[in-house]
Amino acid sequence: MPRILTRSSGCSARVDRTPPLIPAARFSSRTCRSTERSAGSRDSGGSRAVHAGPAAPIAGRARAGAGAGPGPRGAMRVKVLSRNPDDYVRETKLDLQRVPRNYDPALHPFEVAREYTRALNATKLERVFAKPFLSSLDGHRDGVNCMAKHPKSLSTVLSGACDGEVKIWNLTKRQCIRTIQAHEGFVRGMCARFCGTSFFTVGDDKTIKQWKMESPEYGEEEEPIHTILGKTVYTGIDHHWKEPVFATCGHQVDIWDEQRTSPKCSLTWGFDSISSVKFNPIETYLLGSCASDRNIVLYDMRKSTPLKKVILNMRTNTLCWNPMEAFNFTAANEDYNLYTFDMRFLESPVMVHMDHVSAVLDVDYSPTGKEFVSASFDKSIRIFPVDKGHSREVYHTKRMQHVITVKWTSDNKYILCGSDEMNIRLWKANASEKLGVLAPREKAAMNYNQKLKEKFQFHPQIRRIAQHRHLPKSIYCQIREQRIMREARRRKELNRRKHSKPGSVPLVPERKKHIVAVVK
Amino acid sequence: MAEEDPAAAAAGSGSESEEGEDGERRHRQLLEAISALSGRKRRKLAERSEASGQVSEFNVTCKGAGEKLVLSELLQPIHPKSTLGSVRKELARVKRKAAVELPLSKEEAKRVVREAAYVTTSKDVGKWQQVVLQNRRAEQLVFPLRQDIATVTPLERATSAWKARTPLEQEIFGLLHKTQQPITDPLLTPEEMASVQAMSLEEARRRRAELQKARAVQSYYEAKARRAKRIKSKKYHRVLKKSRRRQALKEFEQLHKSDPAAALARLEELEQLRMQERMSLKHQNKGKWARSRAIMAKYDLEARKAMQEQLARNKELMQKVRVEPPEEELCEMPEEDTDPAALPVPSEANPWMLGKPSGLAPEPEAQEGPRDDRVPGAVENKDEMEEEEEELSEEEALLQDFEQKRRERAGSPKGQGRDHGADGTEIGAEQPGDSAVPPVCAEELGDSAVPPVCAEELGDSPVPPVCAEELVGTGPEPPPQAQEQLLLSEQLRRVQTMEDVESLAKDELVEEQEKLVALRPGKQAQQQEEGRAGDRHTKKAPAKRKMISLEAVLDGKPQEMDCPSLPVVLEEEEGGIEQRGMITEAFAGDDVVADFRREKRKAEEAGKPQPVNLVLPGWGEWGGTGLKPSARKVKRFLIKPPPAPPRKDQHLPHVIMSEKRNIHAAAHQVSELPFPFERHQQFEQSMRTPVGPTWNTQRAFQKLTAPRVITRTGHIIQPISAEDVPDTAPGSEARPEGEAMPRRKAGPGKKAVFSGKAVSKGKAVPGEKAVSRGKAVSRGKAVPGEKAVSRGKAVSRGKVVPGEKAQPQRSRAR
Repeated sequence: MPRILTRSSGCSARVDRTPPLIPAARFSSRTCRSTERSAGSRDSGGSRAVHAGPAAPIAGRARAGAGAGPGPRGAMRVKVLSRNPDDYVRETKLDLQRVPRNYDPALHPFEVAREYTRALNATKLERVFAKPFLSSLDGHRDGVNCMAKHPKSLSTVLSGACDGEVKIWNLTKRQCIRTIQAHEGFVRGMCARFCGTSFFTVGDDKTIKQWKMESPEYGEEEEPIHTILGKTVYTGIDHHWKEPVFATCGHQVDIWDEQRTSPKCSLTWGFDSISSVKFNPIETYLLGSCASDRNIVLYDMRKSTPLKKVILNMRTNTLCWNPMEAFNFTAANEDYNLYTFDMRFLESPVMVHMDHVSAVLDVDYSPTGKEFVSASFDKSIRIFPVDKGHSREVYHTKRMQHVITVKWTSDNKYILCGSDEMNIRLWKANASEKLGVLAPREKAAMNYNQKLKEKFQFHPQIRRIAQHRHLPKSIYCQIREQRIMREARRRKELNRRKHSKPGSVPLVPERKKHIVAVVK
Repeated sequence: MAEEDPAAAAAGSGSESEEGEDGERRHRQLLEAISALSGRKRRKLAERSEASGQVSEFNVTCKGAGEKLVLSELLQPIHPKSTLGSVRKELARVKRKAAVELPLSKEEAKRVVREAAYVTTSKDVGKWQQVVLQNRRAEQLVFPLRQDIATVTPLERATSAWKARTPLEQEIFGLLHKTQQPITDPLLTPEEMASVQAMSLEEARRRRAELQKARAVQSYYEAKARRAKRIKSKKYHRVLKKSRRRQALKEFEQLHKSDPAAALARLEELEQLRMQERMSLKHQNKGKWARSRAIMAKYDLEARKAMQEQLARNKELMQKVRVEPPEEELCEMPEEDTDPAALPVPSEANPWMLGKPSGLAPEPEAQEGPRDDRVPGAVENKDEMEEEEEELSEEEALLQDFEQKRRERAGSPKGQGRDHGADGTEIGAEQPGDSAVPPVCAEELGDSAVPPVCAEELGDSPVPPVCAEELVGTGPEPPPQAQEQLLLSEQLRRVQTMEDVESLAKDELVEEQEKLVALRPGKQAQQQEEGRAGDRHTKKAPAKRKMISLEAVLDGKPQEMDCPSLPVVLEEEEGGIEQRGMITEAFAGDDVVADFRREKRKAEEAGKPQPVNLVLPGWGEWGGTGLKPSARKVKRFLIKPPPAPPRKDQHLPHVIMSEKRNIHAAAHQVSELPFPFERHQQFEQSMRTPVGPTWNTQRAFQKLTAPRVITRTGHIIQPISAEDVPDTAPGSEARPEGEAMPRRKAGPGKKAVFSGKAVSKGKAVPGEKAVSRGKAVSRGKAVPGEKAVSRGKAVSRGKVVPGEKAQPQRSRAR
């Protein structure tokens, strides 16, 4: 590059030094004359010399270039800019116009500062547009006690209330499409069959009922397909993910064949009432249950035997298996925490998730297995990343009371929570997400913003904005109170350790603290 | 049998050891004697010593009851017999075996079962480990993992399953069936189907041929028309037009003769056409073309001609058609209408004059609409006009002229909606006097009609500026607070306008305003006073706000302090010198002060902006080694920067103030290394690489900003299953490979750990091995390695896990 420039500049310098007409005379070669002639023929005679002046150096250079081999007679070689049309011509009319761009970093300075500003703006916008609450489905006449997702339809969700009423909702219309008086007393648990044709409910009236998913046709009565009358109250139910088998819990864990009226097998270990039982969605023969005597028990359906029991400090209310990681499950505990366990290593939980300020009542995984949502007695729901100890999001509204049940929809977009005050609420899983179809441009911008937020998440200003959440005063005060308590406990332990014999007060990690024992 | 044999053998063995038996007998007697000593006589059973036929079952004794029987002794004599070898072996094994333990307690047994089950189950679950890790580290996951193609069930199937149940539905269905409406296939009714099928093959062929021919003809015609249209010769077109007209005339005459009714109809049709043309406003000279022509007409003869033609056409169209024309005219009128463009237009003729068609009754009423109230003299009845045609022609010319101009003017300044015609009349009154102008000039006037109008507009809009402001002011009526915020100087005028308003309607408001106004001057005065009161006060207020601002302190003009150029130790009166001496003695070696001074000088030097050297040796002169650029050039290309602002420690000799650290920026900077990073260089590196489209190509941008998790709207994400997993999970069943796969993009660094994308798709890994491309090979290498590792793991687990040990225990328990 510099060499070429040097040559050209040298050339121009020579032209500059000599009077303009002389070079024309000097390069009076054939080629030059031909240029002159052609120029003259086009122009009037007056402009001839002027025209020849600038043409001369070009002609001279062309001759120098062609000096080695004899060029065609009379043809003049002129070096011109040659462009490949492929670089700028569209193939079809519908293609985007190609806009050449120089990515030389020198031309686009301050990249960090500019990206920082963009990230800041993106963060601010995210907070501005964070409006997660979508709608509330009201219609129940008592607190919503349980919910179930339809396995095949995203728009359908089922809910059971404390007065024994079951409702089926259409989420797109946000309407109740069917109401069944299923039980007397609470509807304790419900689950849909894996094919989505029917669903099961258990209630306080010691019955298990199977219902058709479709509403009864004209003239038909609203009646269950099957009713099984049990001896004790069933407190929960879950259906196998692939076979016509379901499990109930109460006094014991019963595994039922759909065709029979007595359980295929009953699994017991201990004598307390079991509050929840869940099938593993991946290794479908595995079951997990949690009982009132503070334990979590795992079962194997194939061998019809319990596997292991882990006893925690306080009672576990429900558990949920990770739908993408076969051996992981999360337990919602009374001690305000959630514990994620690896079933192969039950001695200590993989992660302790703490943020709630009251008992956690329900938990449900996102279908991607990256996050889960928890419902708590403190009138809020929180979203936790699986590998983080604290929540990334907290949802609450003024009117939402103790949240009893929560579900994450199968398309990973929405969260449903049923609470004491008879409403089911629909939330966005990603608070600032724009709903509806996005243009490709929008999508690209969204991705870019997301990346920027991720990149600059450690910067104090951005972090402060991104982390800001509004909390109701009650929760806020409780959090503060608990922080103080925790700090006091920590300090006391430190002091005790300091003033006692070294090694006599062992340092117990947080993960071990909440496990009482593992029973084989 | 087997039991008897050893007995016999035992007997044999007994006979052998005679002496031993004697001893034993003696021993027994001794024992008896001793027991007799104790006093109680034991009943003694008769001892059978020889074989006898009658054997009492009570008398059976074995001779060596107390002795131990050694099995090997029993077997010894028949040692060579091979048939008993197996028995012996068995016996030996039985002997070796320990006694059977007690069965486990129920609890224990259950526990054992549980333990065993737990071990196997956790092993089963453990096969997901690789998949889970892979998914956790994947750069991008696309959900749902299995991309199903949605199938649409055909309508027929959907409807066939459905049946009418309610009476209403049944009724509707009955109706539909009765009329044989299509229910399943909603395309055609039976009738329609029949009609479609009725068309025979022959007919269809004929029809097709016809269509083909028609299409061919059409295309020929089109081609011809296109060719004719491309002909540029004006003469050709003129001739063509003329011939066409002649043709039309001829035809019409013929028609008139042969079928007067048809001719009349045709006439009507033509009349309709004319009316449409007239309504279309195409010839109003308002279009873009017309205006451009008008401009060009000055210079271009062609344009002028076109313009004139256009005007003529317009004129012609605009004239009012007599409602009941005489019979003779009926024939002539349409001729003009058929091709008015072909009117013999004298090129030199005045277009304004053209408005009066020579032969055809020039109706002055054509201009009735616009003209009626403006020129009262022109309003005359038809009879009069017919009488004095000559005069009228002149008048009409004038009028038309005027009219034309007016129209043009109305067309050109469009924005100014001119609603009242008073101005128009005024202009009209002014202009007609000099409107006997050659056509070109008239046109010019028409073109340049804009400025006068504008001027006039300007002229008639001179509302005094005050009034305008008044208007503006009264409009919005801002609330009193807003008024306070506005500039005070303008308030006075406003009050005046408000008073004006007050006179119209509102009294209370004005009172308020007055109050405000009364307040305002006071405030103003106060403020002025404050302003005068001195800088001290105004300075105080910001000082209070800011507390201490570093900049305020440092930016101010530094006061000359008379501090010594060296740091001074305050001397005490007595003994000071000695102390100083001691200190100097102690620190004789190092001159702290000089060091500091040097340091400061260095800092100052470093802080100075450096000159930019743009000298390129060899540029524009001879190059080579050992040549220096000329001094002139150096002088020219050495760019000196502007002097730096004075240092803040300029007058503080014992202080070095570093201005590198920006405290304002510090608030935005990360103070400690965030978690995943191990060194600050890593973090800085991650910050430095931009991701935006400003710095990256489109492709790179897309790659950099690809989201970690992609979900598709409206798709249910099922839990992962064995089918979703490509090649890990060794125990899993036969899996369909290819599409049923989580699409993963492993990062470049992770390729060694995971199989890359291509491999994970499971497209025949060995085949890929065979391919000797760089990437493919590396992947191929990575895969078997991984497999080996996983296998190794499995093996080691098998060793570690006590599954085998647990197994027999369980079996026993059962």
